[in-house]
Amino acid sequence: MIVQAILFYIFAATAVASGVLVVSARNPVHSVLFLILAFFNAAGLFILIGAEFLAMILVIVYVGAVAVLFLFVVMMLDIDFLQLRSGFVQYLPIGTLVGLILLAELILVIGGWAVSPSVPTQAPALAAAGGVPLSNTRALGDILYTRYLFAFQVAGLILLVAMVGAIVLTLRHRADVRRQSISAQLARRRAETVEVVKVPLGAGSD
Amino acid sequence: MLIGLAHYLTVAAILFTLGVFGIFLNRKNVIIMLMSIELMLLAVSINFVAFSVFLNNLIGQAFAMFVLTVAAAEAAIGLAILVVYFRNRGTIRVEDINMMKG
Repeated sequence: MIVQAILFYIFAATAVASGVLVVSARNPVHSVLFLILAFFNAAGLFILIGAEFLAMILVIVYVGAVAVLFLFVVMMLDIDFLQLRSGFVQYLPIGTLVGLILLAELILVIGGWAVSPSVPTQAPALAAAGGVPLSNTRALGDILYTRYLFAFQVAGLILLVAMVGAIVLTLRHRADVRRQSISAQLARRRAETVEVVKVPLGAGSD
Repeated sequence: MLIGLAHYLTVAAILFTLGVFGIFLNRKNVIIMLMSIELMLLAVSINFVAFSVFLNNLIGQAFAMFVLTVAAAEAAIGLAILVVYFRNRGTIRVEDINMMKG
């Protein structure tokens, strides 16, 4: 139990610290790397609480895809980031004010909220079904593919639309690049391309 | 030293506040603003998962997964728009994004 508490505090402190550095780092590449660190620590928190599947999804989807996408865009765009930081100090007071008010509100909500005694004070063991402990992944799949099948399919549709949209947005046809035109190649006819020349004997053909 | 629901909610609240703070702080850099939104969505997922585990109800984890899905789609579309915008204008300053203003 004490190990769990220590691990929780380590993960939570690192996640919060890297969150601070995400919003305040001078270099956006560092911001992305701290975002990755925050995701890793959130995955650690998920494992501590017993949601292993979501932890793995977080590492694979967020760190493996989304954060790398951010890194790719930050490195691809040739931007003067120092110039973009010019209003940083100017916005600091109002940002701090709004942040503190929001945090105070959230803490008040959490603090003033009475938890029903029936809610366990610590994370319960994995739900057991018929004496056999159900793994987190299996249990999640059981409800995802039955009760939330429609939402699951809509999620897939959203990803498909996002993929098509991203491709359509970023695809461009450059006029200065010679490309293979497969339809033009397949539409060729023999009559248009091959010419039979009768060459007279002793005279060449040109 | 029992780690309860309130601990997880506090961490999520701090992360969410950091996301809002980041949006206010980096008013000119769209990339950092997108990252702040990702941070806020992460905080929301932590809330979902914490409630799901402590109330012994898996629906929260299913919805945390949907949050992850939508966040991934949002990041992909947002960054694609950013790349197209940069290609057309050569800058990503938020004040310059006014082409659609009537």
